Amino acid sequence: MMQTVLAVTAVILSLAAAGAIIRIARGPSLLDRVLASDVLLAILGAALCIDMAVNRHLDNLMLLVALSVIGFIGSVTVARFVADRREQPRDS
Amino acid sequence: MIPDAGTLDAVIDGLSAVFMVVGALMSLAAAVGLLRFPDLLSRMHAATKPQVLGLFLLLAAMGLQLRTWWVWPVLLVAWIFQLLTVPVSAHMVGRAGYRTKHLHRELLSTDELEAVVQKAAAKAAREDSSDGGH
Repeated sequence: MMQTVLAVTAVILSLAAAGAIIRIARGPSLLDRVLASDVLLAILGAALCIDMAVNRHLDNLMLLVALSVIGFIGSVTVARFVADRREQPRDS
Repeated sequence: MIPDAGTLDAVIDGLSAVFMVVGALMSLAAAVGLLRFPDLLSRMHAATKPQVLGLFLLLAAMGLQLRTWWVWPVLLVAWIFQLLTVPVSAHMVGRAGYRTKHLHRELLSTDELEAVVQKAAAKAAREDSSDGGH
């Protein structure tokens, strides 16, 4: 049964990753791309979780936590950068 | 009646299988939302699903599959860490989106920040004019 679940979730997560990548490619603004890459990171984390659950090991747990740290730092930094860059022309 | 070990095992397996499929569907829902929603703020609404509920379901499936008790606190810490960082980054992205006007104003039902921004702008204008008078 676990192999069936693995196949089903692999298909679902592949479709989800394709959707997120399409939004990264198409996204009209930088913030849309940041959001979509955050979702892509969450999908990768979901894939790591499912691998750990199906194969019954805990090797990827630190990688999962590191992934959420990277997502956090990345989106906060880029959001800050966007805010600063768009503010400047209005001030001058 | 106490279920024997085999039945219990099958029940736990089935529960974790359901958790895994639903958790994966959360990611798919986020992707569909990203593709179909019209502006940044509504896309942010969709993007939160795999980050919180999806991760919770998958970590729960992991805890059920590993069949040990000590792993639950570790998984809880991982989930709480995600729960603490996701609102902060969502706040930053939403704030940057509001400031750079990446939203469709006609789609908002209320805009509570508008009044604050208007007040601050009026105050800044008043200070500017009083500075100019001197």
